[in-house]
Amino acid sequence: MVEILVSQINRSASQIIATLLSNKRVGQYHQIVLGIGDLVKVCRPGNFVAIKVGGDSSRMILRRAFAISRVSESVSFGGTMELIVAPHGGGSQWLCSQIEGAEIDIVAPLGTAFGIPTTPIKALLVGGGYGSAPLFGLAELLKSRGCKVDMLLGASIGGKIYAPMEGKRSVNSLRIYTEDGSMGEKGRVTEPIAKLIADAEVDVIYSCGPMAMLRAISELTNGTEVIHQCAVEEAMACGIGICMTCVLPVKNAEGQIAMLRSCIDGPVMDGSTVQWDLIGQVPEISVQP
Amino acid sequence: MSATVLDFSTTIGNAFFTTPIFTASGCASSGKELSQFFPLHEIGAVVTKSVMNKPRFGRPTPRMAETPSGMLNSIGLQGPGIDSFLANDVPWLVEQKSRVIVSIAGETVEEYATLARKVRSVAGISALEVNISCPNVENRGLVFACDPEASRRVIDGVRRIIGGDLPIIAKLSPDVTNLPAIATGVVEAGADALALINTVLGMVINLETMRPHLGGKTGGLSGPAIKPVAVRAIYQVHAALPTVPILGMGGVASGRDALELILAGASGVSVGTASFGNPNVIIDIQNQLQDLLVAKGFPSVKSAIGYAHR
Repeated sequence: MVEILVSQINRSASQIIATLLSNKRVGQYHQIVLGIGDLVKVCRPGNFVAIKVGGDSSRMILRRAFAISRVSESVSFGGTMELIVAPHGGGSQWLCSQIEGAEIDIVAPLGTAFGIPTTPIKALLVGGGYGSAPLFGLAELLKSRGCKVDMLLGASIGGKIYAPMEGKRSVNSLRIYTEDGSMGEKGRVTEPIAKLIADAEVDVIYSCGPMAMLRAISELTNGTEVIHQCAVEEAMACGIGICMTCVLPVKNAEGQIAMLRSCIDGPVMDGSTVQWDLIGQVPEISVQP
Repeated sequence: MSATVLDFSTTIGNAFFTTPIFTASGCASSGKELSQFFPLHEIGAVVTKSVMNKPRFGRPTPRMAETPSGMLNSIGLQGPGIDSFLANDVPWLVEQKSRVIVSIAGETVEEYATLARKVRSVAGISALEVNISCPNVENRGLVFACDPEASRRVIDGVRRIIGGDLPIIAKLSPDVTNLPAIATGVVEAGADALALINTVLGMVINLETMRPHLGGKTGGLSGPAIKPVAVRAIYQVHAALPTVPILGMGGVASGRDALELILAGASGVSVGTASFGNPNVIIDIQNQLQDLLVAKGFPSVKSAIGYAHR
């Protein structure tokens, strides 16, 4: 009875007005930096931010969720949050059109974070498209804990690879895969993973990108000792757990399937518990909780 | 000249609320998620997500589509079931000193009666919302509120169980030809109050797949896009049944919106979809409404209810 009295949901989240400090075009993406003050202290790799878009008279009524690429603190700017945004819809296009000094209404940090090991491990970070964004902040943290950090990035074409110069310094190795071969090796980012697992080159895989990529990695880690922490992506209306739209079928410790909200029980989930083949379906309720 | 002290309280049946601004069922879960953003006891009441007798997964994803000034949802009443809800969620809300309105939904007249029996046995509940208008059920025939006779039977069954202990609020759909007739029927069957309006049935076609976008094909439209429908529905029903309290909802996103619903005839106003876009909006709306009532010269919420009908 005690644990129900203290709600842990959204416990670090605040709604604040952040100032846009910079907005730079990086390949097909925008790198957006927001001044968020002391909120950086509670942001962890894997968390996301929900941003109000379109201004007060907008017909877009829902916030847009973005993975937090990284946070940092400096004397000149205080606490800052970096986002990598692909301007493919009305909301993200609005955000990418905002100029320095713009006031941005954010709710952050939201959702679960990547689990950080207490001992040095061999980590493999796998990013698809701009899904690589939160992996660079994670890589820095893992390196500071003495982990070996290898990174695989993939996309359909080279223009959709996000790999900043400074990010490359925080990894032991970086391999890039494109389906058309326009950057790095030709092929899919998941191709080398089976061999890395077989050679015992990896203890934990951290992944972020399209659901098909996360599912493919989960199938590769199935039946192995490798832990797969993936940041899932599902359409959200609220980002704070009240709308119930972003649910995924996930198996709990008792072997029962529950429809969990990817905003508060995710975005970082244990890939081995996600029932990838049941997404988009309604599983049977076998046992009453 | 002394400063006017606004009486911000309201009543729904025999239940008293210190403010007229509530959450809307299905848009606040059971309160825990929003409690990080404001203390739940500062608003009129938490109206919990409609709960069914058994645990339920709801409809397949995708469950959401944003539309101009609105959104479609097809959640399909995902929830823990009434037993878990009453054992875990209600005690937590009571601990927060929150006023609680429990919303129930069933597939049969008997399921509503079972739910009412279980709710009656739990302390700390201010009112019972009987949701007979959820659009996200597999069979549209199950939307009781589209059928006057089925609506009556559900409310009659619940009234027999509840007796006079708790106000019963019947939640109705605007997707009917003669809303005042349905409202009159459920009031005659024993509803103390009405919740107006549930979402409006809609559909979005995905231009990539060229099929209905939502997993459940149809969904409920909510948000500012439906506010004029809510104002119309509340106005029509208040005109027909001026003594029956109405809990108004539908696209309220500001104090001005809330006042519009009150002037049309609402005794209380629920805020739903606006919380998705702004977790603190309920507090903002409450503050704006207070200022507006004072600015318009109303001494109380009660004096503004139905004022548009004069």
